[in-house]
Amino acid sequence: MTLRKILLGAAAATTLALVSGAALAEGTKIGMITTLSGSGAGLGIDVRDGFMLAVKQGGGKLGGKAVDVLIEDDAQAPDKAKQIAEKFVKKDEVKVMTGIIWSNLALAVVPGVLKDGVTYVSTNAGPSQLAGEKCDPGYFNVAWQNDNLHEGTGKYVNDAGFKNVFLLAPNYPAGKDAISGFQRYYKGGVAGSLFTKVGQTDYAAEIAAIRDAKPDAIYFFLPGGMGIAFMKQLQQAGLKVPVFGPAFSFDQDVLPAIGDAALGVKNASQWSKDLDNPANKTFVAAFQKEYGRLPSLYASQGYDAAHLIGSALKVADPADAKTFQAAVKKADFASVRGAFVFGPNNHPVQDIYVREVVKEGDVLTNKVIGVAFRNHQDAYVDLCKMQ
Amino acid sequence: MDNSRSNSFLRSREGVLTVVALAVLLAAPLVAQAAGQTYFISLASRVAILALAGVGLNLALGSGGMISFGHAAFFGLGGYVAGAMVFHAQEGGQFLGLLAGTQQALLSWPLALAVAGIAALFIGVISLRTSGVYFIMITLAFAQMFYYLALSFPTYGGEDGMTLYERSTLGGLSVSGDLPFFFVCFGVLLLALLLCSRLTGSRFGAALMTARQNETRLATVGINPFPVKLTGFVISAMITALAGVLLVEQNGFASPSLLSWHRSGEIMIFVILGGVGRLIGPVLGAAVFILLETVIGGYTDRWQLVLGLVLLGIVLFARGGLVGLLAGRARHD
Amino acid sequence: MSAAFLLEQLLNGVQFGVMLFLMSAGLTLVFGVMGLINLAHGSLYMVGAFVCAWVSGATGSFWLGLPAGLAAAAAAGAAVEILVMRRLYDRDHLDQVLATFSLILIFSEGTRWIFGNQPLYLNIPPLLSGVIPLPGDGGYPLYRVAIIAVGIVVAIGLYLLISRTRLGMQIRAGEADREMIGALGVDIKTLYTVVFALGAMLAGAAGALVGALQSVQVGMGESVLILAFVVIVIGGIGSIKGALVAALLVGLVDTLGRAFLPRLLTLVMPASDAGTTGSALASMAIYLVMAAILAWRPKGLFPAHG
Repeated sequence: MTLRKILLGAAAATTLALVSGAALAEGTKIGMITTLSGSGAGLGIDVRDGFMLAVKQGGGKLGGKAVDVLIEDDAQAPDKAKQIAEKFVKKDEVKVMTGIIWSNLALAVVPGVLKDGVTYVSTNAGPSQLAGEKCDPGYFNVAWQNDNLHEGTGKYVNDAGFKNVFLLAPNYPAGKDAISGFQRYYKGGVAGSLFTKVGQTDYAAEIAAIRDAKPDAIYFFLPGGMGIAFMKQLQQAGLKVPVFGPAFSFDQDVLPAIGDAALGVKNASQWSKDLDNPANKTFVAAFQKEYGRLPSLYASQGYDAAHLIGSALKVADPADAKTFQAAVKKADFASVRGAFVFGPNNHPVQDIYVREVVKEGDVLTNKVIGVAFRNHQDAYVDLCKMQ
Repeated sequence: MDNSRSNSFLRSREGVLTVVALAVLLAAPLVAQAAGQTYFISLASRVAILALAGVGLNLALGSGGMISFGHAAFFGLGGYVAGAMVFHAQEGGQFLGLLAGTQQALLSWPLALAVAGIAALFIGVISLRTSGVYFIMITLAFAQMFYYLALSFPTYGGEDGMTLYERSTLGGLSVSGDLPFFFVCFGVLLLALLLCSRLTGSRFGAALMTARQNETRLATVGINPFPVKLTGFVISAMITALAGVLLVEQNGFASPSLLSWHRSGEIMIFVILGGVGRLIGPVLGAAVFILLETVIGGYTDRWQLVLGLVLLGIVLFARGGLVGLLAGRARHD
Repeated sequence: MSAAFLLEQLLNGVQFGVMLFLMSAGLTLVFGVMGLINLAHGSLYMVGAFVCAWVSGATGSFWLGLPAGLAAAAAAGAAVEILVMRRLYDRDHLDQVLATFSLILIFSEGTRWIFGNQPLYLNIPPLLSGVIPLPGDGGYPLYRVAIIAVGIVVAIGLYLLISRTRLGMQIRAGEADREMIGALGVDIKTLYTVVFALGAMLAGAAGALVGALQSVQVGMGESVLILAFVVIVIGGIGSIKGALVAALLVGLVDTLGRAFLPRLLTLVMPASDAGTTGSALASMAIYLVMAAILAWRPKGLFPAHG
């Protein structure tokens, strides 16, 4: 009997969803698919909170137009993301989408929604395919191409004069891209390289191999919990070798969990909370006030995505894809990272900074200590045949 | 005799439920089309596809008592092979260095089934030496091997998976539209249900069910249980593989998540939720699961918590699954 | 490659194995006594880690966090047994799979609700933060040695508990004949709750100890759960001795596979391919071993029931 009630409840809820969906259709709909549950939830929540902060500051409007942001959790599963995208496109008739964190989810969703005339603004994932051969007038990346931060670190490690670096990344495409991105600008020797299991949490075997190889520095790309585990275990093993990585393993979302083991590590990022520009100052203060925590790189990307979409909404309706996309491409907004323009493949041409993990009082955070690249463009732009 | 058996089935409460459930599944997309809500057509296709995966598992699990926690291996393998053929048709190159790609479903789908069938034969021969929890875990182990293989196999994109820009064509027919594709999925589901109902009514089915209840009894009447179970396992795997093929065609995308252990668990949930060994069980199970997931997911980020509570409630208070609840307990329990 | 390197990798394998043993001892005990498949065992591991991290963070002491983690996992285990598992003992394995799968969803999202979205910080206590020198210029973290010691103590403790105490006698009786021990006047309900809580506490201990090595986050129990199942199946379900042997085997195979397979493959293929192929093979290695062992001995290495 309980079950019948549940079924009835579900049926009622479905009807309600249909009705309320129709009733609320006033503002321009923006579909956000992001990861809000499971181990990767922290990233998606930061993107969402950054985005919604911008909406809130605008009083429910972006670029002066009322918006209705539909948010759903993809649970980091490509299949689920695809399903939500289909719902947004067909049921809610969404014309602008954003929010995906992971490259494999983006590759599952983006080509399909582009075919349906949607404009997609990527807040995080920047797979090489979408920057190169499969670039598209309707796809914009407001964060970075996946290789960018690895290239930045490679440049810095190279310029700092390291000659014998050990490389470590998970055994999947983003991991291999990380290593090749790093080596595009690092020209010294390689003491060894290891590809680890995706989701691995114990790195004792790898750390022993690193000790054995006697490198003068370590470069690693291990997003999320993998990086936290690696950093802690490296410190516990008493291995005193300088460590470098992209910002993902040293940003505000993971630093508290790594603890003092991260102090002094240099990492590359397109954003830092101490970048000195008015938009960033407003953003950091407002985010802290609204959510009671420091913003992360992901939050900054969500916030920028909202303002980018707003800048285009000001002049065009997303239903008119061509005009709208031309307006997005102008990138006429104040990015929290300072200057921001799109290259020919709709990926950012931007500065990549080198940051160092420091302690401000009790709080671990990052401080900009240099610039790896000025106006850096990704390596795949020439493969993009888009006019 | 076969006729009278099926007639009596159709007159039973379970029979009525079966017909009603299938009729609703068929009618939903037609109504959606008329109302201009095309999203619900793809939702219905999805239900049909995942139900098909459950129907496959139900044959091994319900009739044969083989609790496979590794059917994602076949689901994913089917999907990957069909996907690879389309992928090679787009990008060139050959499948396993032997076969050129094709967009023709009449070629790629049977190939996918054959590959999955061979894999099932191999896995079955080893796994069926064990029983009980050992069988559950050895099937899981094989699925995990395929998962890690797909994850680190660069040709088909590793974790990124592969994007397919066009659906295969079925003979001369295009199934790129939502409604034609639904009809294909629904038709395949119907055929699979017919096959399973025929199989369970046949001598083979009787042997399979006896093998589940009492292997020695089967041996005493001179039937070796091993080939019976193996055959059941392989057919079950191939049905599930076909579901994988259809899901990849629907999504235009194949990735290792097809092969993850969550997927095996999900397919098993469809079967248990619907009612183990009941013909229409997996269809009801898949439909209710997907509706719950979609509806709750639209309301709250904590949908997994709610889903967990609902599933727990069902398993604790509705024994025999949905079919058991709606049409009474199965006769042979 | 030096002898120190080999020694270090062997120690790593043993340490990983000991951790798996803590996880699988509880799982195999619960299965042996109650015939229950508990997919939510990994959630209890997670509870141990989260509570340990939270209490350590709030009090500044790992030594307060650790017992709190154990107690919380045991309490969560007892609650789960009383509220849910009790109704599942006479059901088939399928209902148990579905129910405990639901519990995973509930525990994961519940934990995220209570402790927030970001991973928690838990570090090893200062007392155990040193490095023990190995021959050559190698070194091995003291904390990992401590984990190995804990594993040995737990193994001995379980052996004594089961062979020397009244509770152990009831557990053995329960494994041999479930109906019989009720007839002997043993309070079966309490026995089951105690056994389940004990298993949960061991999982919580593993979670708390490992939490200091890695990231304390939602979902941390899932990969470990599968490994623990691999262990109890290889060892023979219900056998503590089997769990110990299999845990060490799995720990060594996984660690040595990761350490040596990519190197070995460079002998037969170019280095760039060897890295990725070797890593892929290493992640499959334990499943290959498990399939091979079950094909050879379908009831595991130490079948508990004849």
